[in-house]
Amino acid sequence: MKHLVILGGGTAGTMIANKLRHRLDRTEWRIAVVDRDDEHHYQPGYLFVPFGGYTHEQVVRSRHTFLPDGVDFVFGSVDEIDTGENVVRLDSGRALPYDQLVIATGSTPRPDQTPGMLGPEWRRSIFDFYTLEGAEALADALARFDGGRLVVHVTEMPIKCPVAPLEFTFLVEAWLRERGIRDQVELVFVTPLDGAFTKPVASAHLGGMLDERKVHVETDFLVERIDSERKVLVSYDDREVPFDLLVTVPLNMGADFVARSGLGDELNYVPVDKHTQLSTEFDNIFAIGDASDIPASKAGSVAHFSVEIFVDNFLQHIAGRPMTGAFDGHANCFVESGDDKALLIDFNYDTEPLTGKYPLPVVGPMDLLKETRANHLGKLAFRWIYWNVLLPGRPVPLPALMSMAGKHVPTTAPEKQEA
Amino acid sequence: MPTTTIDNHEIHVDDEGFMTQYDEWTEDLGTVLAAQIGIEMSDEHWKAIRFLRSDFPEHGETATLRRVATVGGIPTKQLFTLFPKKPAKKMAYVAGLPKPRGCV
Repeated sequence: MKHLVILGGGTAGTMIANKLRHRLDRTEWRIAVVDRDDEHHYQPGYLFVPFGGYTHEQVVRSRHTFLPDGVDFVFGSVDEIDTGENVVRLDSGRALPYDQLVIATGSTPRPDQTPGMLGPEWRRSIFDFYTLEGAEALADALARFDGGRLVVHVTEMPIKCPVAPLEFTFLVEAWLRERGIRDQVELVFVTPLDGAFTKPVASAHLGGMLDERKVHVETDFLVERIDSERKVLVSYDDREVPFDLLVTVPLNMGADFVARSGLGDELNYVPVDKHTQLSTEFDNIFAIGDASDIPASKAGSVAHFSVEIFVDNFLQHIAGRPMTGAFDGHANCFVESGDDKALLIDFNYDTEPLTGKYPLPVVGPMDLLKETRANHLGKLAFRWIYWNVLLPGRPVPLPALMSMAGKHVPTTAPEKQEA
Repeated sequence: MPTTTIDNHEIHVDDEGFMTQYDEWTEDLGTVLAAQIGIEMSDEHWKAIRFLRSDFPEHGETATLRRVATVGGIPTKQLFTLFPKKPAKKMAYVAGLPKPRGCV
């Protein structure tokens, strides 16, 4: 009997278990999914929690109910991967031998990595919304907020769902207007990059969105520490951004056991081939979803599309054949823009987000890089699709590889850069 | 794709002037690019640039400041001294690599 061990029962891990259980012979392969709890969170839903949009119950379900029969669900925290012995050791002392290992433990916000972030102001005037507890605490804080400087801040790239800080900014601006206190709030968006929108076509089409909403953008700001006594963000070049309410996206990192096992880069992400997601070092270890170092967005859609490519590759790999599929970094994301509208972006390693229609040329029905109500409804509908179609591994009628159909290619767009 | 001529070399650049062809870069060109943004290259500057150059082919992406600090061994604060104000962008420019990426 051979063992496939999947670390992490999130989006990627659950989809892989579902898809592979149907494709691997049960008399030959045992599949185990390891996770430390039984709560599967619909993370895109966190965005709406601060505004009272989703309840706890709407974004959390039991992990094991999404795993098919014939997959062992193992409760436990991973202590270390012993790559010499091909064994995963858990904190409990239990050892899980593997023939093939998939690391799908995602990416986690780490407020502990920025001095001062976890100080006395954490969850008093400093909040994150990339955890459910953070989003819920922020909901309470926003309800009490009646004016001052509200700062939305990104610590460092990469972060999961890179568009979420912008979405939060648009949503909070609309929400403040709705409450009639927009005039009493100074909104600031602080980013380590050189702009809120950095890709040329998106910048050209959306660049004014923050100006129109009177959001001040502080660029090239790399936070060194937070002075919680004075309530200011301090950058490495000694700039200061004061806040009354700080909504920050802490540094994101992969799991600590990845580092302990000697498998990670400087942020505990597993270096892999960006097309097959096979470890650059070990022939029987893959890293899928946010856990890898591929230069794609850390987003659920990337997990989804890459799993589609991974499954066939994995079957070829264990049969001793070369992997013929090549993941292209495809991502698509709805971007909430407030007032019940949203944008849609669709892109990959080589092609930046462009305007046009998705998924069908001319027909759409979704518009790319354009605020529409249809896109907003698409975003809301996605929660149902996630729980009922995507996680169970049922086919989603969207191509895994990005298509240029329906996209407008500007003649002045920079050509793809050679790696 | 636009091209420009620097120091008698024709090079491919993007709309913001970042070089797009890894192999068109040389250290001499790096010195000229640095001078354009007011930086006189020292050994410490070169240490950072050489790290970026050697790291890029492996990852297909310009190293972040954190990566230069933790893997390349140059503290972030020092990178801000060497390449004032916008070290990530300036290092990418001098090293002939893509500027640090966003997604939108």
